[in-house]
Formats: sequence, structure tokens, C-alpha cells
Amino acid sequence: MGTAPASKDVAILEIANLSLSFGGVQALMDISLEVKQGEVLAIIGPNGAGKTSLLNCMNGFYRAQQGDISFQGKGISKMPSHKIAELGIARTFQQIELYTHLSAQDNLMAGRHIHFKSGMLDGALYFGKAHREEIEHRKAVENIIDLFDMEAIRKKVVGFLPYGQRKLVELGRAVVMEPKLLLLDEPMAGMNVEEKEDMARFILDIWELKGTTIVLIEHDMGVVMDIADRIVVLDFGRKIAEGTPQEIQTNPAVISAYLGQE
Amino acid sequence: MHNPCGVFNETYEQDLAIFRTKTQWGLLIGAIIIAFTFPLFLNSYILGVLIQIFATIIILHGLNILTGYCGQISLAQAAFAAVGGYTSALLSEWALGAALPEWFPGIFNFWITVPIAGLTAGAIGVLFGIPALRLRGFYLVMATLAAHFIIIYIIVHTIGTQAQTLPAPHLFGLLLNNSQSYYYVVLVALIALSYVAKNLVRTRFGRAWIAIRDNDLAAEVMGISLFRYKLSAFFIGCLFAGLGGALWAHYTRSITPEYYHLTYGLWYLGYIIVGGMGSALGPFFGASFLIILTQGLAEVISALSGTFYGIESYLSAAREVLFGLVVVLFMILEPRGIAHRWNLFKAYYRLFPYAH
Ligand SMILES: Nc1ncnc2c1ncn2[C@@H]1O[C@H](COP(=O)(O)OP(=O)(O)O)[C@@H](O)[C@H]1O
Ligand SMILES: [Mg+2]
Repeated sequence: MGTAPASKDVAILEIANLSLSFGGVQALMDISLEVKQGEVLAIIGPNGAGKTSLLNCMNGFYRAQQGDISFQGKGISKMPSHKIAELGIARTFQQIELYTHLSAQDNLMAGRHIHFKSGMLDGALYFGKAHREEIEHRKAVENIIDLFDMEAIRKKVVGFLPYGQRKLVELGRAVVMEPKLLLLDEPMAGMNVEEKEDMARFILDIWELKGTTIVLIEHDMGVVMDIADRIVVLDFGRKIAEGTPQEIQTNPAVISAYLGQE
Repeated sequence: MHNPCGVFNETYEQDLAIFRTKTQWGLLIGAIIIAFTFPLFLNSYILGVLIQIFATIIILHGLNILTGYCGQISLAQAAFAAVGGYTSALLSEWALGAALPEWFPGIFNFWITVPIAGLTAGAIGVLFGIPALRLRGFYLVMATLAAHFIIIYIIVHTIGTQAQTLPAPHLFGLLLNNSQSYYYVVLVALIALSYVAKNLVRTRFGRAWIAIRDNDLAAEVMGISLFRYKLSAFFIGCLFAGLGGALWAHYTRSITPEYYHLTYGLWYLGYIIVGGMGSALGPFFGASFLIILTQGLAEVISALSGTFYGIESYLSAAREVLFGLVVVLFMILEPRGIAHRWNLFKAYYRLFPYAH
């Protein structure tokens, strides 16, 4: 089987009539959207609009009360998160969620988890299979370390790294999983201009080199306009617009949501 | 892991190796050779203390994986050691007493019952690990406390409180029934099981356990099944408890439920706190340091009792007090344990004479 050419017409993820509430708070209301194979889709909207909640539903972290999500035609609304990861959805978090006591390199090795095949007995004895696997996956990790310029921090315990580098390690951990769909929750939040440029370049590198479909939440409109193929706009849990960057820039509903005018 | 100055990894194999330099290998082999010569010149009392330390280290490897690496605090490690000891005792007794074919008792011996004891403890550990899928922190601690009491209750009410005897192992026609010979059994088991423990923590299982300890939500999202890996930590943790418990029981040759009192479950946690939680060397440091310290204290007290009549009764709790004091001091002053100090020392030695 060869890999299908990245076609931007095929939906890789479909969301239908998704609603999610927390007690009285309606975080998502009747959201329907498609993520197309090979695209970079940006989700934008004011704080509290429900962007993170939507991402959390996509990988089974939150369970919507209503609606369906399917990934490559397979229903995943009721699937546990680790199974969804095995299908090929990886993500990063708005508040960095790393394995704080492991080195950067070991965080990435842990990111390879789903690709390991050896069992407990192989690991216990270490001969043969487990050893070969360690080496094989180290190579994949090494590629990402090269790609993201992480050479200098590879052996450092990530808990002590500065914010920007932790963000990068988290991106690396998601990418090394070789997902088909990569969900990024504000990967550039809290970064300076230079770090943002690096991060944007890395995200585009992944997209180009690996053809990964990317869903990105981002506040910096400059970045969004630059790298997104399409944009979905959320406001108070509703989808208020969807389209190309040009369409979104001129959309009256979006302008009013952002500028607070009627 | 950092290499000594001037040693570079040219291949992934080198970077993955546990021992990298000739010095490291030399130290390891030297230590093993010295350990093998101990019975030639040490008396039975000291060998007995060493056997106790070795069996304890085996039990601690398990607790270290469960608590230190996977973050699931357990007070029930002594109870799982009891499962090991009693399983081996009952199997040995049954094999001797039952109307079995001629060849059977010979096969159902120490070398078979001890591994079965470990597996039984592991399986029961999985059962008691199920609540860990729902409970965390303090609530899990309470659940493992309950596990301890349930297991000991079952032992007391099915087998009883009377002493249960165990046979000494045979090997190639030799009866290994004294400290000199049994020491080798425990030493070889310790080396093999330490290797297994280290291998587990440096490969996919170890990383998955640490991932769960450090951030279980991220772990699940990154494809690590909490169900599978928490339970596998309970299995391995209790397997080691069972093996260590059974090895120790075949040394004392007689066990009662008192041998597996809750106090020991608490002490085991103290050992790995002092030694260094989540470090493969932690169990070695913790058990050696604290057992030698408390045994030493017991020696001092019994020496003093010759001169000061009755002092033993005043100092009967001295062991517990000293132990508690050491654990508390470590938690305050060096929560990462002796293993961390050891790493600092190695770093210093590596950079010598250029201290940083
Ligand atoms: N776990 C949760 N419990 C309660 N309320 C939540 C939770 N997660 C999100 N919310 C609420 O849902 C709404 C949307 O939040 P979120 O998805 O984080 O927005 P965004 O990422 O767009 O800033 C907010 O009102 C938030 O308070
Ligand atoms: Mg958010």
C-alpha cells in the first residue's frame, strides 16, 4: 500500500453537532466541522470561546454530551484517549504537560510509545528485540532533535528548562509520535517574536516534511494568516465563521466578535 | 546519564549501555567478586545480615518500580512479601505431604516454588491494583493499607498464626541449609533481579511508568494505557515482593504472620526514601544504610546491657526512633536520597580537579 497523495478534499476528521457543557456553562454548542487531509486549520476566538474544549473532545480528553466525532471514518467519540492516540492523533497542551523529571530526549522516547512492540519479558531481559527497538526509536527521536535544534538540551531534565524550550519539547514529543493529525493548543503563547518565528517555522517544517494534518489554536493573527489554509472562528461555544484567511478577515460576524461591535 | 569527561557516545548502543567505561565495569566486576568471597571469611551472623539486606533490596526493587517510578504509593509491600513466603511454604509442604508420584516432590522444589510464589504475589498485586485505576494519592494509600490488612487477615484465618516451616533448597545434591551456602542463592538472585529491574525501567515500560507518575493525563493522551501500565507496575512491584519474601522465608525456614507486620510495609517506604526513590541504585543504598545502622544500634544496646543491667527495656524502641529520625531527616535535607548524593559525588569526581 502506498500513501495516498495529500488531498485537501478528503476529510480526515469530521465533527457533527457537538455539544459540551459543564454544569451551567455551555462550552460548545452544536459544532460541526471537517478537518481536511493535509491542511493547516486554525481555530481562533476570544478567551473562553471553547477552543481548548473542542481540541479536548477531538482526542477523547473531554466527552461531549451530544454529537459525533469520526477520524478517518471511524467513530471515536467513545474511544479512550490512548486508543485515539494509537489511531494517529497527537497533541500539545495550552499549559505545558511534560514528563517533568525526564530529560528532553526521554520525553521524546516516551512519545514513541505507541510504536514499540516489545513486551514486558523482552524489556526485562533486554536482549534482542527490546534492545533493537531502543536503537530504532532513538533514530526517530534523533531526527526530531536535529530538526528542532534541541541538541543542547537533550540530556537536560525538562522541568528545569525555560518556558520556550519546554514548549518545543512538547511539540517534539507530539511530532515524534508520527501522528496523522496534530493538535496544537496555542503553541506560541507567551513567546517572544523570535521564538514565535522559530515555532512557526518548525510547524511548517513538520507539515511539509511529513504531510501531517494540523489543527492549531492561536491568538496571534499574523501567524494564523501566514500559516493557516483555513480558519474556524468560535465565540461563546458557537462556530460563527469558517473559511480562508481572506474570507475570515472580511467576515462581519468575526469583526464584530473581535471588536465587540454590533 | 552523563559520561565522564572525554568519553563520547559514538553509537546509540554506547549511549544505551548501563556501564560505559572500563572503570565502571571494573568497579562492578570487582564488587561482584568481593561479594562472592564474603562467605570465605565472614561469620554466619554477618552473612545473615547480608542475606537480609539482599532480600530486602529485592523487595525494594519492586516497591521502587511501583512507588518510585510509577508513583503509586503502596503500604502493602510487606503483605505481598507474605504472599510469597506463604505460597512457597504451602507448596513445599503440599508437595511433601500429598500422595504424589515418585518424581513429583523432586520437581516441586525450592527452585520451582519460589518463582511460583513471585508470580502468585504479582497476580494478587494486580487484583489489589485495580482500585489504583480510580484512586490517587491519599486515597490510594488507604486502599493499599486495606490490602495489607485483608491479605494478613486471610493468612491468619486460613493458615493460622502458628509457625509455618520451609525446607532448605538442594542444588546438585548439596543441601543449602546454612548462611554460607544460602548466601550464594540470594546473591545470584539479587544480581539477576537487579538487572531485570534496571532493564525494565530503562525501556518502554519504565518510561511509561514515569510518564504516568509525572503526568498521567498527558501519558494517556500520548497513547499510554493507564489500565495496562498501572497494573503492570503492580504486577512487577508485587512479583519482586513475592520473590524477596520467599527467598527470605527459605532462609529463616519458619515464618509467622508477625514477620510481615505493617511496620515493615512502612519501613520499606522509608528505605526507598532514604536510598532514593525512582533511582535504580536507591534500594541498594537504602537497605544497606538503614539495616546496617539499625543492626549496629542493636549491637551497641546489647553490648551495653552487660554493663547497664536492664537498659534493653528502656531502649527497646530505639531502633524505631532512630529509623524514623533518619527518614524524616532525609525527607527534609535530601528528599532525593543517597542515590542523588552519589550522583553528585560522581560528577565531582569526574570533573576533578576542576570542581564547578
Ligand atoms: N474542565 C472544565 N470544567 C469546567 N468548565 C470548563 C472546563 N473546561 C472548560 N470550561 C469552560 O468552558 C469554556 C470554554 O473554555 P475553553 O475551551 O478553555 O476556552 P478557550 O480555550 O477558547 O479559551 C469556559 O467558560 C471554561 O470556563
Ligand atoms: Mg484555551
